Amino acid sequence: MTETKDKPSRRSFLKKSVAAGGFTLLAGAGVGEAMAAGEDNLPPNVPEWMKTLGSGVTANPYGSPSSYEKNVIRRNVGWLTATEESSINFTPIHELDGIITPSGLCFERHHGGVPEIDPEQHRLMIHGLVDRPLIFTMDELMRFPSVSRIHFLECPANGGMEWKGAQMAGVQFSHGMVHCCEWTGVKLSTLLAEVGVQKAAKWLLAEGADAAAMTRSIPLDKAMDDIIVAYSQNGERIRPENGYPLRLLVPGWEGNVNVKWLRRIKVGDQPWHHREETSKYTDLMPDGKARQFTFVQEANSVITSPCPEKPMKFGKGFYEIRGIAWSGYGKIKKVDVSIDGGMNWKTAELQSPVFSKSLTRFRLPLQWDGRPMLLQSRAMDESGYVQPTIEALRKARGLNSIYHKNSVHTWRVLPTGEVQNVQVA
Amino acid sequence: MSKSLKLLSLVFVCSIALPVLAQDKAPPKPFGFGKPATKEQVAGWDIDVRGPDGAGLPPGKGTVAAGEELYMAQCAACHGEFAEGAGRYPELVGGRGTLKSEDPRKTVDSYWPHGPGVFDYIRRAMPFGAPQSLSPDEVYSIVAWLLNQADLWPADKDLDAAGLRQIKLPNRDGFIAGGDPRPDVKPDTCMTNCRKAPPKITSDLAARLGVTPTQKTGD
Repeated sequence: MTETKDKPSRRSFLKKSVAAGGFTLLAGAGVGEAMAAGEDNLPPNVPEWMKTLGSGVTANPYGSPSSYEKNVIRRNVGWLTATEESSINFTPIHELDGIITPSGLCFERHHGGVPEIDPEQHRLMIHGLVDRPLIFTMDELMRFPSVSRIHFLECPANGGMEWKGAQMAGVQFSHGMVHCCEWTGVKLSTLLAEVGVQKAAKWLLAEGADAAAMTRSIPLDKAMDDIIVAYSQNGERIRPENGYPLRLLVPGWEGNVNVKWLRRIKVGDQPWHHREETSKYTDLMPDGKARQFTFVQEANSVITSPCPEKPMKFGKGFYEIRGIAWSGYGKIKKVDVSIDGGMNWKTAELQSPVFSKSLTRFRLPLQWDGRPMLLQSRAMDESGYVQPTIEALRKARGLNSIYHKNSVHTWRVLPTGEVQNVQVA
Repeated sequence: MSKSLKLLSLVFVCSIALPVLAQDKAPPKPFGFGKPATKEQVAGWDIDVRGPDGAGLPPGKGTVAAGEELYMAQCAACHGEFAEGAGRYPELVGGRGTLKSEDPRKTVDSYWPHGPGVFDYIRRAMPFGAPQSLSPDEVYSIVAWLLNQADLWPADKDLDAAGLRQIKLPNRDGFIAGGDPRPDVKPDTCMTNCRKAPPKITSDLAARLGVTPTQKTGD
């Protein structure tokens, strides 16, 4: 190989990689090459990638992002939890456009790790106060009439690290426990009709097939309303991290009740008061009493550009403020943006269509004069609920409730364009 | 017959053989999908125990002494020899009376409302990494030891379903009845001159704290 004497060109890398049979090798090598190439690929020069053939249709039977996007990943906060199996990571919302979260970037929250489930050996059992206790295979579940819906899913602890003050220097960590996907499955009400729910029934217990056998109690009314027993996410089967092969999708309600790896539903007449609805996922008030079964994720929003990870690096001039809003009460109706810490507000444009209980993209043009700003967004939903200030939330709930912190978020923009997470009063 | 004519006739034959899509018919109720769950199948999976009344508690009993042995072997590595926790692993006992404080501690005796709920959680999820490996007697024993550590169960008394139902954990009435009281904040839709005074920054440590992971991929 004569090329080895010279500075290796992209072509030589291509040849070597193909010879080694390693497409990933090629992708990995490509990054460094392009950087070393400097301006060789810029006008008036012809870019290297136009001078040679690219990879063929068999190179990548299941596609993955460009190697140049390898920084767009879920991240975790090591100090937050004792183990990685009972932990959480965060969606890189600052890197995403639109409202659909790519499945591989959806934040993960597990209580006993991700089980590797053979769908042929997975079953859903529905029993308890029913006329016909039944067991379903995946094939049988997929025979039922199906629905597809776009919904956000948010951990109620999203933002929970900041009740006492701003501490996360990035929107991925301050707001990244949320994602939004198109979910397909059978309505839970269809399955409940199949087993014949008895008159005394008021609650369900949903149980996962993971190493925590995680359970939550859910009111029957919600089940009859809009809960989906989902097997698909963004068009393909649900990812293992998100509940493969079967999960509950409980629109607008706290992530924890959207039980993943669903294996059993028991119908009963009262809630079970299990660990995840007593010791956890309850909201402790200043008087020492705790709220329980606070299911709805109330309206929330955050500006994702700019943010600490995406500073205003071009100096003065035009920027488009971009962000996401969502509400468990229904559709987002309006999002206002302030650049002066909530003194004055301007209404942002919402990307249509706006779906109920879904992420909603908002945008507002801004001509930045280079002066410091306190950027905020404030969402309102169709129920009339308005995202509150952190002061208002603290006044209502104190500092110890951990969950459901959906307050207006503040980014301080410095004249340098640097963006910092702050709180204002 | 030419090829195209043969094909045409085939299409014709097929079209009369096809059933008409019966859109006017409602789907069957029930559909008849799924198979009856047998008693044995249900018994194997029906592991839940209801907190308030202990419905689902299995037969069996445990002792504080057996619980201590099991706890030291299977639980203490994470939760500490006195159930005081270790690092980020949670403490299980202690902290009564802290729920109004700045540092509320949420243990079995300070926060959990129901004894049977403790049984349920240990049976389904513990020990971490080997869930559903303990027999009912072993779970009763570990619960007995925990309750004894919390001065809620005597060292020399066996614990069974009846005993567990009868225990009133200190925070039993600590959860607000009546469901979700939210929305609990008034909507503020003001658009101009909404503040009496300019905003004051109350917290700006995030950029300096250094607790946020970097954006590097780490490779």
